[in-house]
Amino acid sequence: MADASAKQVLFEPIFSNNPIALQILGICSALAVTTSMNVTIVMCLAVIAVTAFSNLAVSLVRAQIPGSIRIIVQMTIIASLVIVVDQILKAYAYEISKQLSVFVGLIITNCIVMGRAEGFAMKNGPYLSFLDGIGNGLGYSVLLLFVAFFRELLGAGSLFGVTLLPTVNEGGWYIPNGLLLLPPSAFFIIGLAIWGLRVWKPEQVEEADYKMSRHTAKEAF
Amino acid sequence: MAKAKETVSRTLIVALVLSIVFSVVVSGAAVMLRPAQIQNQNLDIKTNILSAAGLLEKGASADEIESQFEQFEVRLVDLDSGEFVEPTVVGVKDPMKYDMYKASSDPEMSTNILSSEDQAGIKRRPNVAKVYTMSENGEVTRVVLPIHGYGLWSTLYGFISLEGDLNTVEGLGFYAHAETPGLGGEVDNPRWKKQWVGKEVYDGELAEPKIRLVKGGVSANAADKEHKVDALSGATLTSRGVEQLVNYWMSERGYAPFLQKLREGEV
Repeated sequence: MADASAKQVLFEPIFSNNPIALQILGICSALAVTTSMNVTIVMCLAVIAVTAFSNLAVSLVRAQIPGSIRIIVQMTIIASLVIVVDQILKAYAYEISKQLSVFVGLIITNCIVMGRAEGFAMKNGPYLSFLDGIGNGLGYSVLLLFVAFFRELLGAGSLFGVTLLPTVNEGGWYIPNGLLLLPPSAFFIIGLAIWGLRVWKPEQVEEADYKMSRHTAKEAF
Repeated sequence: MAKAKETVSRTLIVALVLSIVFSVVVSGAAVMLRPAQIQNQNLDIKTNILSAAGLLEKGASADEIESQFEQFEVRLVDLDSGEFVEPTVVGVKDPMKYDMYKASSDPEMSTNILSSEDQAGIKRRPNVAKVYTMSENGEVTRVVLPIHGYGLWSTLYGFISLEGDLNTVEGLGFYAHAETPGLGGEVDNPRWKKQWVGKEVYDGELAEPKIRLVKGGVSANAADKEHKVDALSGATLTSRGVEQLVNYWMSERGYAPFLQKLREGEV
């Protein structure tokens, strides 16, 4: 890990080691904020900013952090950054911050941020850690945008708020799929995305935990 | 080095320095961005009021919204007596600064609603409400009233706008709710909201409000069609909530005393 090149650190999390698709982290916000593309993009930018800067900050002070309180130190850094991001959104992107509501605050509990701080930034220099934060944020974003694309297009008939499939309610022909506006649909789409990704990159397929033995018992009649 | 890091004093120092640095960062951001945030919130409220009154043009800039809103007069009303009160009664100088939803959780500024009378499901009602009036030559031409109540999952907050006759609805809109997207969430649908325009709340006299949300649409020759609005399909409980909250706020317990006084020209 220590001698990983900058390019690898930045781009690997996008498809080869995607935090959502391979590590299955950060699912909760992927369900909540993916009903429209605009909201999703802002959420993604917020997560990228928080992972990148928390990685940078943790990496800068990593030599000073006593092991006994390291998790709390990381939490403090992450929580402060999330509050700053939330404040900035409220000041400059009010409409969208209203729709994101608590989910910006909940970036604090996003496992990706904490996972990268503990798993990467504690062991690597500031520059690489910063890139790793951006890379993992991008990996998160790619999957979220993929989910949001289908949810907004098929659930509301629009993309970025621009109507593409005029819905019946607005006098058009498209009957929107209401399920896609509800959180469970994100599970289906993420599942399909993981399937697609593993067909493309078979090395991501996990080994089976156990193998079913042959069915030997005779049916009793 | 590794050993020196783990001493108690070192741990305390790191914790202390970290706390100080990040409290400065967090409070700095909060203080510096505060003016912009307050401006956003005010603009948001004004946008919602204009949109309920049907005065909001698509893509209006912040300045246009501000200047449009200046036609409105912000007044505080005592709901029991129906009379205007001075902002100092609720402890503010500028009536715009009064928050009636915050007041409804303050026991001194609100009253409990008997559960048998609590159609809107709001439990407490503020004593003083904030209303927006527009007048021409001393005659009131438009009133925008804040309304709220429980739907299926959430409290819906919105505004209803009445014409100068204080009976005909000019528009209705909810700016905050968490109803099911695609079903109850369709309260935001412009086509549904358009139906409200021209409906009549009362039957002549300011008695009981008569708004009904009915299933299956309102045909052109339906009885009482001026009081009936097509309910949201697939959202029985949200529709019922909207019907009840509108009727609650338009009743004797809501704005009816105020509208009565306003109609008589007493306030």
